[in-house]
Formats: sequence, C-alpha cells, structure tokens
Amino acid sequence: MSLTPTAPTARPAARGNPVARFVANNGALVGLVILCVALWIATPHFMTTDNVLNVVVQASTIGLLAFGQTFVIVAAGIDLSVGSVAAFAAMVACWLSANVGWPGPVALVAGLVLGLVVGVVSGVSIAYGKLPAFIGTLAMLSVARGLTLVVSDGRPIGTPDAISFLGSDIGGFPVPIIVFAIGGVVCSFVLTRTVAGRSMYAVGGNLEAARLAGLPVKRILVTVFALSGVYAALAGMLLAGRLNSAQPQAASGYELDAIAAVVIGGASLSGGSGRASGTLVGALILAVIRNGLNILNVSSFWQQVVIGLVIAVAVGIDVLRRKNTHP
Amino acid sequence: MSPIMSLRGVGKSFGPVNVLRDVDIDLYPGQVLVLVGENGAGKSTLIKMIAGIHEPDTGRILLEGQPIRLSNVRQSEALGIATIHQELNVVGQLSVAENILMGRLPNRHGLVNKAAMRSIARQALDRIGLGLDVDTLVGELGVAQQQLVEIARALNQDARILILDEPTAALTGGEIEVLFTIMRELKRRGVAMVFISHHLEEVARIGDRVAVLRDGDLIDTVPAQTGEDELVRLMVGRSIENHYPRRRDYGGPQETLLRVEGLGRGHVLRDINLTVGRGEVVGLAGLVGAGRTELVRAITGADPYTTGHVLVRDLPLAKGSVAQAIARGVGHVPEDRKNQGLVLDSSVSDNIGYATLYRTARFGLADRAGQRRRATAMADRLNVKMAGVDQPVRDLSGGNQQKCVFARWALADSNVLLLDEPTRGVDVGARVEIYEFINEITADGAGVLMVSSDLPELLGMSDRLYVMNNGAIAGELDPATASQDDIMNLAVRQAAVVEGDQR
Repeated sequence: MSLTPTAPTARPAARGNPVARFVANNGALVGLVILCVALWIATPHFMTTDNVLNVVVQASTIGLLAFGQTFVIVAAGIDLSVGSVAAFAAMVACWLSANVGWPGPVALVAGLVLGLVVGVVSGVSIAYGKLPAFIGTLAMLSVARGLTLVVSDGRPIGTPDAISFLGSDIGGFPVPIIVFAIGGVVCSFVLTRTVAGRSMYAVGGNLEAARLAGLPVKRILVTVFALSGVYAALAGMLLAGRLNSAQPQAASGYELDAIAAVVIGGASLSGGSGRASGTLVGALILAVIRNGLNILNVSSFWQQVVIGLVIAVAVGIDVLRRKNTHP
Repeated sequence: MSPIMSLRGVGKSFGPVNVLRDVDIDLYPGQVLVLVGENGAGKSTLIKMIAGIHEPDTGRILLEGQPIRLSNVRQSEALGIATIHQELNVVGQLSVAENILMGRLPNRHGLVNKAAMRSIARQALDRIGLGLDVDTLVGELGVAQQQLVEIARALNQDARILILDEPTAALTGGEIEVLFTIMRELKRRGVAMVFISHHLEEVARIGDRVAVLRDGDLIDTVPAQTGEDELVRLMVGRSIENHYPRRRDYGGPQETLLRVEGLGRGHVLRDINLTVGRGEVVGLAGLVGAGRTELVRAITGADPYTTGHVLVRDLPLAKGSVAQAIARGVGHVPEDRKNQGLVLDSSVSDNIGYATLYRTARFGLADRAGQRRRATAMADRLNVKMAGVDQPVRDLSGGNQQKCVFARWALADSNVLLLDEPTRGVDVGARVEIYEFINEITADGAGVLMVSSDLPELLGMSDRLYVMNNGAIAGELDPATASQDDIMNLAVRQAAVVEGDQR
C-alpha cells in the first residue's frame, strides 16, 4: 500500500507553544486586554486613573451578581431572580433603618440575611419541589420585585450611613471595588477550596453520577441559590449606597447581564464549568465596552447591539475551541 | 474486486495527543471488516473520520478511487455512508416510521404524507425482516429493536457503507443472532460494513477481515478466521494467559457482608433474597430487563423499594440513602459509566475523590493536596493510563475511565462492591486488570455482587451465581459446574411472558 501523506485539512493545533495555549485557555482575558489597548489608542481619556476606577466601580454591581450566579451556573442551574432580590434586600434594609429605626449596620446584615433566605426558598423549590431552575427563579423574580414595591409603596427610601458607606470611597479609593474584590476572592475560595464548591462542579457536570457517588445533591443545590441570594443582596446594598437611596426599580434586568458575564467568562450553561476569575473578566468586559462606547459617544441604543454581539462572539469562540480540543 | 472505500495514511491529533497515525484500510462491497483494539487504540476516531465527524489531519480518503473530503455527517450520508453509534440516535417520542424517514419525510408543501411515510417505512423494515408496527413509538421498543430501526433508516438512505460501533454491547444472545442474520443479508446485497466489537468470538462469526489497532497504529489486517489468542496478542502486544483469572481461594461460607431479605417493588423486583459473604464474588445473571440493575440500585439506595430489607453486616440500611450505604462500605459501579459513574469534564483526581470528598474535609475545606496524592496513588495501583490526575476523565479510554470508578470505591474503603456490567465496553487488557483488582479486594475481605451479561465472565469470575428472571431470583448455580446453557435456561424460562409485558 502506498503512503501519501498530505495534510490539506490540518488545523493548526495549539500544541507545545505555551503562549498559544495560554491564549486558547484564557480567551476572555485576551479579549479584555485587546479591548483596553484598542480604547487606549482610540482615546487618551480611557486609561486615566479616574476612568479605570470608574469602570471597575461600574462593573462591581453586575460583577457581584455574576459571582453569585457563577455558583448557580456551575451547578447547571440559572438564577433569574438576582436583580429583583438585590432591589428587595436593599429596600428592606433601608426600610428597617428608616421606618423601624434599626441601626444601619444591623439593617445591612438583615438585608443580607434576607437575600440568603430568599435564595434558600428558591433553592428548596428547585431541589425538593422539583421546579426547573428557570421557572423557580422566574417566579422569585416577580415575587421579590413585587414585595419591593409593596414595602416601599413604589417610592425610594434613603440609605443609612452603613449602606451609603458601601457606595463611598476611602481616601479616594472607591469602596465598591473593595467589596467587589472581597466578593471575588470569596467566590473563588468557595469554588476551589470547599467541599461544597467541589461538589457544585460534580452536580453541574453530572447530577446522577454525583448522587450515586454519595454527594448531598439537594443540599448543594440549595446552597448555590442561597449564595446567589447573599451576593445579590450585597450587590443591591452597593447599588443603593452609590445612589444614596434604595430604588424600587433598581437592578431591573441586571440578571441577564450577570448571566452574560458568567458565560463570557467561559462557564457553560450546561453546568460543570466556570471560574470566579472568568466571571471577573466577563463583568469587566461588559463594563469596559459600555464605558468605551460612552467615551466614544456611541448612543446607548447601539451599545445594546454591540453587547449582544459580544456575548454571541465570546460564547461562539468558546464553543469552537472546545470542539477542537475534545475528541 | 476493487474497494469501495480506501483510507490512505490517515492520521489525527487532538491537541497534543496523536490518536491515530498513518492508517491504511480498504472496505469491500459485501464484506464485513471487524475493527478491534483496546479502548483508546483509535477505533472511535477512525470511524468518526469515515462518518464525517472528524476530518483527518493527514492522509486521504478515497471513495471508489476518487479522493473525497468528508467534513460533516451530511456529506458522508449523501455519499451513502451510515453509522450506527453506540449511543443510539433515535427520537423516542416519534414513531418507528418517522424515525426511519427522519429528515426526509415524504411531504407536499410541508404537509407530511402519512400514507407514503408508512409504506416506505414498511418496505425499509421488510428489507431487514423486522415485523414491527410502524406507528409504534420508538421509546416503547427495547434497545435491540431501536438499533434495528436505526439500521433500517440507514438502509433507506441507500447506505453502501454501514458502520456499526459496538452494536452487540447492549444486546442479549438472541438479539445478537437477529442482528447477525440481518448483517449477512446486507452482505448479500453488497453493503460494505465496519463492525466494532470487544467480543472476539463474534469476529469469526460475522467478519471477513479483521483490522487490529493498537495505540493509534494499524498493527495488521488479518483474516477473520484468525484465532482469538492471536488477535489478543496483536491487540495488546503481548499474550494474555488467562482471560478470567479468578483466584478461588474462597473457603466456603464465611461472615455475611450483605444480606437482602424479601426485597420487592411492584413487578420490577419480587421477593429477592440473597447474601454476599466476605471474600466472595457473587454473580447475578439474567436478561436485560430481568431486574438486575434495579436490584443493585435498590441496594445502594439509588432507587426506593416497597418491601424487604437490606442489611450490611447485619445492620439494616435506610431506604434510599446513597450516603448511608457508602458510609457503611457499599460501593457501586453503575452500568453506564458516562451517565452515572463519572463527571466527564471533571479531573481524574476529582472523580476518584468524590465518595471521600466530605469524609476527608476539615471545616468544610476540601483536602485538595491529600486527595490529589491519594488519587494518584490509587490510579497508579489500578494502572490508569493518563497524562496526569488533573486530566479531564473524558479524555481517558473506556477501560481507564472504568478503573477510575473502581479507584473511587477503593479509596473509600468500600468492602461491599456492587458491580453492574463492570467490563462493558472495556478492552481485553483493562478487563483482566479489573479482574485482578477484584481478586485483590476479595482477598482483602471484600464481597462483590457482579451483574453481567457476559456469561463466560460470570462463570469465570463468580464463586456463586444467582439468575434473575422477570424481577425474581430464578435459581442459584455453582459456576464451577454450571454451563452457559444452564444460566440461559433459568434466565429465559417463561420469557414469553416477559416479552409480552414489554409490548
């Protein structure tokens, strides 16, 4: 038999070359860097300290929602309620402070606990009540927003000092960035170091295998929604603090940006993958695009189009990459 | 006779892994080429290239002498190449007729012509002598018949080349006979076939030639009459002395580890009583659907039951608690390792460590370094072939994946192991390693309950043997004296009733 090795169809494989491998494995980060460099060249205003801090502050609310969402998506769920829960928790905290007279820090903690409880309710309805996550959290989206309106009677409530502090700065350095950073470190720590976090990957990757290996699958599902609720509540406090008031319509639609950030960061909606660092990059990409388009005077209508395309391209590239590296 | 298809020097890499090198293969009309090799040898990749799922990195594919490019499945199907994958591609909610004509339903302006659909489907079924009602939902059929529906679909698309990827793995003896009869008919019609199987005794019965792959290289193409021992030698690169190396140092009744008393659930499980003792391998034979898997799953707590008890070391297990069963030393190697045994995208280390994740944790923190170390040691002990324990378990071959499931339970110190088809889809070399592992753990005092459809394996490895039939234990046999016929006799008695239930 004759041997005629020709390679007309060979794809360039990223083997051996460590740079190529890094690029292949951290596509979102590379995209973020390219984006920043392009904006730097396009406008000198982008890379100023003020603007960079501004971008990160802008990213912090969505980013915190997205960190919470990362737990859920790793476990193959989805949490559509985070925007409503953020508004609800902040509103109740401010209401407790303004109308009941609770001290600010206590009201703040109560708001976080409320986020936890709301998350547990969603989680229980999904893990034990067998509701699909999409439906269970869609219901919670509506319920939490409705309760926010009920509590506030549709009017904003001013924030106590403890919550305003979250939106302020210390010696010029914005507090939201500090909260964002802590939220990210905790998210990463939980996912990589705790048994609950490791179990989330198993539950999301293959629920039946996780169950047969003896992992407490239902408890873990409740845990991911509870964590998402706490992160949402924290994001709500941050937002209220920056605005110095809890708004009844705050964070409307943010759940979709949060999901987009997680997915741009490389997580798969089918579960089992996702990292806090990826989510961080995803949230930053969204904020950088918004900021850059603002600086370049692109209308906010077009911004939505661009962000939609970025999500499609980012995920599309990721899908192609996975297809090429797995048999 | 000239080949209908030829592969010349084809090779394929995934990332840094070179899975296939410089393979030459010819397919002839009316002939069956059997593809054998250990898992990971490159069989799947090879057929995926013929099916248009992967494009080769090097080499050429010739169809009737003309070079072709197969860059997707549609292209290969248009050229008359059809593949029956291990994972069946049927839609359970659609009828037999709709499945056979999927993607080419006879229609006028988008409205389905049901009469034409039924008659074309009828013809397609007649061609392979399958007497099914074309309006039956495919989901109501057994695996064997679903597979035949897929073959009918392939032939209806005028397939000239038919690839069958381990079609017999999920079939019982009688069903395999039906498949082989159909394959012989297809040979007469001039269809070229590629047949993958881990059952070497099937090679001579249905094949014409055998291509042996090892580690991505085509070792040789030999006549199908080549002896099994020789094929094994070609596959593993060494000869295997003993296919079922059970060391029967089991010295009669000892301490009972597992006792099942009067277990029942509807028609699925009826009054099951059995015991597994220290150091024992107890086989569980029966047809697919006889209740073997259901029994194992009920014992592990994966499924509920309505009557009876499960006792481990004379202490009753709570119903439906997998965690408690594991804590008492029960380990379960499920029948479908990809969907039930492993988290494919997680690492080898994580997969081996899941059952011990909580046990080894301190203050809720995973013992990552310790788990990695233990997983590495256990993977070494079981000779798992891998790049490292951080590799996704998806990338391992079937046999090595199965060893990871075993490693998980070994790490958890499980001493009541429930094995459900532990060597299905596992190649000869890894299979013997799994048997040796079973020998090791039983010598250390573990007890094993092993479900298998592979009768020589059951007879070769079991110390005692139960046969299940229609949800009940039909009898107990001594493997030392029993024959395959004895097992089948118990397994199929009143089988007509069972078939009637299924329809």
